[in-house]
Amino acid sequence: MVANDAASPLLQVQGLAVTAGGQAIQRGLDFDVRRGEVLVIVGPSGCGKSTLLRHLVGLEQPAAGRVLFDGHDLHRGAEAPRAALRRRFGVMFQAGALWSSMSLGENLMLPMRLFTTLDAAERERRARFKLALVGLDGGFELMPAQLSGGMRKRAALARALALDPELLMLDEPGSGLDPLNAARLDELVLHLRQYLGTTVVMVTHEIASVFAVADRALFLDPQERTMTAIGAPQDLLVHGPAAVRAFLGRADAA
Amino acid sequence: MTSTESAAAADASATRAGSSAWGLEQGVWTLRLVPPWAAKALDDAALPAALGVGGRVRIDGSALGHWDAGVAAALWSLRERLQQRGLQVELASLPAGLGEVLLLAQPGDVPREPAAPARPALQHALHEAGRTIAFFGEVLIALARWLSGRVTVRGTEVLQQLDQTGPRSAPIVLLTCALVGVMLAYMGGAQLERIGAQGFLAGVVTVGMVRELAGLMTGVILAGRVGAAFAAQLATMQAGEEVDALRVLGVDPIAHLVLPRLLALLLMAPALLAFGALAGIAAGALPALWVYGVTPAEYLQQSLRALTATHLWIGLFKGMLYAALVVAAGCREGLHAGRSAQAVGQATTAAVVKALVWIVAAACATTVGFTAMGF
Repeated sequence: MVANDAASPLLQVQGLAVTAGGQAIQRGLDFDVRRGEVLVIVGPSGCGKSTLLRHLVGLEQPAAGRVLFDGHDLHRGAEAPRAALRRRFGVMFQAGALWSSMSLGENLMLPMRLFTTLDAAERERRARFKLALVGLDGGFELMPAQLSGGMRKRAALARALALDPELLMLDEPGSGLDPLNAARLDELVLHLRQYLGTTVVMVTHEIASVFAVADRALFLDPQERTMTAIGAPQDLLVHGPAAVRAFLGRADAA
Repeated sequence: MTSTESAAAADASATRAGSSAWGLEQGVWTLRLVPPWAAKALDDAALPAALGVGGRVRIDGSALGHWDAGVAAALWSLRERLQQRGLQVELASLPAGLGEVLLLAQPGDVPREPAAPARPALQHALHEAGRTIAFFGEVLIALARWLSGRVTVRGTEVLQQLDQTGPRSAPIVLLTCALVGVMLAYMGGAQLERIGAQGFLAGVVTVGMVRELAGLMTGVILAGRVGAAFAAQLATMQAGEEVDALRVLGVDPIAHLVLPRLLALLLMAPALLAFGALAGIAAGALPALWVYGVTPAEYLQQSLRALTATHLWIGLFKGMLYAALVVAAGCREGLHAGRSAQAVGQATTAAVVKALVWIVAAACATTVGFTAMGF
């Protein structure tokens, strides 16, 4: 882990404006991700959660504002140091995005081969260990196409852990899964945070997930096109703006 | 509608929608829905001219016995149009369920903003051309980085691509080149026969195949077999965020995905070219021997005499260039595809078309260029 000031936020988002296809989706986003917390970005479908995540991981250029990771700008400056910065977080994409021409083991070992000095045997041991962490210890040789939806998500989570990231970014980990599998994935995220000390930013529209894993929830409003609340979900449920209370209040129904 | 209008005027301007009719009832314009009626009849033409803008109208469904989706859709679009004119629409005495369904179909939360205007055709073409040039630049930079040892290309990845592209393309390259050789010998022989120069037929076929046609045919076959496959593979990876997963790690997709494919095809091209040219020359011997009376020894001798190192190098250069263009077209389209199944299809089509056009353009340019330089 970084020997940086433990009190300083790991990720700082300042005045960020998010666009997709030339249209402004969210603007004026200001928030910090504290070290070791689970921050959940929540909101109805289409409010720009996934697009925001793509900005946070440096895949998209913001229309305005900036994102600082450990004090360094993710979008400006030379590509090489920014890429090195990005390798300090693991990203799990919505559909898994496992490299389909490679086995699960190779999916995990590719980043290690490219960006660490580990030898082949050590890479394989770590890849097997990380697959075992997500309950896929027998899946080293399997190809992504051979996996079920839930297994694919877990494999994607394992790959996101390949380089021992300080920050995990998860895009809708529970989407397309049955409630049991989704809950299992939530539990997994919590365990990883607890045992590996990883900071987690997770996008979801599933309220059950918010209450299960979030230390704080950030609410994006599609009408206002900005964040309307940030805080502990239990507090937001009681003291948040009406739209947030209504959204979170559906937890009982869900 | 103002209630100052006289009932006579109302009668005169009342229009009929099927057997449903607009009329003034207690000073309010009312559409009484009476079946049977056609949804079409409720369009703009059926609105009374005196309806004007603003005010209140009523749609009365008391005579409507039952309803279906067609009735609901017609009423919904009529209500939209009336509301757009600033009229307040009151739905009265609708059959059970119809009013509730119409309430469900309220304006949603998708903003009805006009889509971003499409770029004019010329601007779009320039944008695309710029992308292509940028892509060529990126590939050359990646190639330079590989040659200088700053980027590694996995040997297994190249072998995998070699296996996918080379051996499986060979039979069809052989077949097409052989057929072209037969055509060339037939046509060439017919012309040479007129001046009694059949002896040169072997030279025509050999130079034609080695220098121009083996490369061209190989390029065309690779465009259809390999370029399309590359585009589909990369576009699918793009759609599944697999390319993004590479980018996040700081892995250059060009170095990781395009270079192995380029190297595999460049390694495979000389072999395919050689086989193609040999097949063409051998097949060209059939008409030469049987139709134009050339002896096998003459054919072989003429063929070897015509084949100079210059022709060989030019043929090899052209063939490798076409193979590179096939990879470039396939990968460029694949990596710039959108995120949908339709986009994968479009990328595949565009890759084949681009590869063919680029190959023919390059063939023309190199033929003119080399000839002008005296080679």
